[in-house]
Amino acid sequence: MKKELTCVVCPAGCRMTAEFDDTGKIISVTGNTCPRGKTYAESELTNPVRTLTSTVAAKSKDGCVMIPVKTSKPIPKGAMLEAMEIIRGLTVTAPVKVGDVISADFIEEGTNLIACKTVL
Amino acid sequence: MHKKIIIIGGGPAGLAAACAAVEAGVSNEDVLILERDREPGGILNQCIHAGFGLHRFGEELTGPEYAERYIEKARALNIPIALNCMVLSLSSDRRVTFVSPEYGYTEATADAVILAMGCRERTRGALNIPGSRPSGIFTAGTAQRYINIEGYMPGRRVVILGSGDIGLIMARRMTLEGAKVLSVCEIMPYSGGLQRNIVQCLDDFGIPLRLSYTVTEIRGRDRVEGVTIAKVDEANGRRPIPGTEEYIECDTLLLSVGLIPENELTRGAGVPIDRTTNGARVNQFRETGAEGIYACGNVLHVHDLVDYVSEEAAIAGIAAANKVLGRTGGTLKSIEVKPGHGVRYTIPQRIDLTENEDSVRIFFRVTDVFKKVRFIIADEDGNILMKKVKSGAAPGEMESLELKGDIIKALAQSETACVNVYLEE
Repeated sequence: MKKELTCVVCPAGCRMTAEFDDTGKIISVTGNTCPRGKTYAESELTNPVRTLTSTVAAKSKDGCVMIPVKTSKPIPKGAMLEAMEIIRGLTVTAPVKVGDVISADFIEEGTNLIACKTVL
Repeated sequence: MHKKIIIIGGGPAGLAAACAAVEAGVSNEDVLILERDREPGGILNQCIHAGFGLHRFGEELTGPEYAERYIEKARALNIPIALNCMVLSLSSDRRVTFVSPEYGYTEATADAVILAMGCRERTRGALNIPGSRPSGIFTAGTAQRYINIEGYMPGRRVVILGSGDIGLIMARRMTLEGAKVLSVCEIMPYSGGLQRNIVQCLDDFGIPLRLSYTVTEIRGRDRVEGVTIAKVDEANGRRPIPGTEEYIECDTLLLSVGLIPENELTRGAGVPIDRTTNGARVNQFRETGAEGIYACGNVLHVHDLVDYVSEEAAIAGIAAANKVLGRTGGTLKSIEVKPGHGVRYTIPQRIDLTENEDSVRIFFRVTDVFKKVRFIIADEDGNILMKKVKSGAAPGEMESLELKGDIIKALAQSETACVNVYLEE
């Protein structure tokens, strides 16, 4: 079987064709211009993942502000809405520094929800 | 007040230009950044999605993270930034008047001014969509600010007109925050956004992209109640085709229909503007038609990646530094760069050849979606200076060609007064 894919790893957006057998195992990938394309195709056909970004409310000296957050690793696409549900329930208190862990072992073990901005 | 370099705008372009100028030898005390917002970073602060910095830093950052790298750099270099600052006027002889809580009303002069004001979104007024004028109509960037910075949801059932990257990003963002995005309509037969954004912002969530569709009516008295969309006729000036109308009940319409460089100050200074880019016409140092006034970032032309903004701003910052430190040679000859077949515009629009010019990179956008193309730069008489083959090109993705040293030298010695950049299919 063949599937047309657009790589989302970088803005180049390579259009790729992935050939795979009945078990989903990749036989060949064409159209990618770097090795990350092949990795993306393999993941996309077995366990598609995305980095999730959102915001978390924070109490700071300027009142309530929104702090941008992201998952430290891509998480399964199917877990997006569950992840958003958890994020909506979170609040933090400033100071927060870029890279601080807001929620550890987020959705998956070893993946953290981290702050993307420093708020003093 | 007198400064060696005044930079108008503290977003990615202004920060990168300031850092480059100081690193090139200008004292930090001789530089001042004027920023309108309460914090530096510009539009990156509300662009919380990932995808920034792959070229510049070799890793995928969110907008605020990318901004923070430059804010930290500017802080480490002790570059002063006037916040909550509004520039009132600029003249061609580099007089800048501004107001800010810190500096009050100030008339300043500068040896060099770098324009880094960014761009604005086109609004409903620019499109003339018929219908009533209820609340619930936002530009995609305004909705982005409401959600990501202010923490408000602007609507629940959403139609998006225009498929630029901000529109696509907001389709995903609003979906994740619990809204239902019913349709993204694009008047052109192709999307103006990056392909990866169509995949990860629309396809991932099953949001339909309707190409060659536009909004023909907005209904609702106090709040948007629905919009009518219709297919447009490509062959007939993209006019709506009667009989193809569909009514969609919604409470919000987002517009992602293009960006316009914010050049009121530039125009006020009498700086010549390019009619295609809506930004200043510049040479390879990003110096405008007014001596000592430079422009970089989205105020010059709308970029698709911030990485390229930083790169361009560094060119302007270094050039301004060389200027104010007296390190520039005279121009030997100016060569105009003209867009030809299939090319919408080029940056720079002119090359000012100096004695030690090593290479010049020409950035350009194509007019349409092309499959396989050959980009060509030729002189006035049609002699081909360089070629590059590419497997595909689209208006949404910036292209570039580098004129290497030997070609530059040959140009300096030739009689040609312009070069043409065009493509062959």
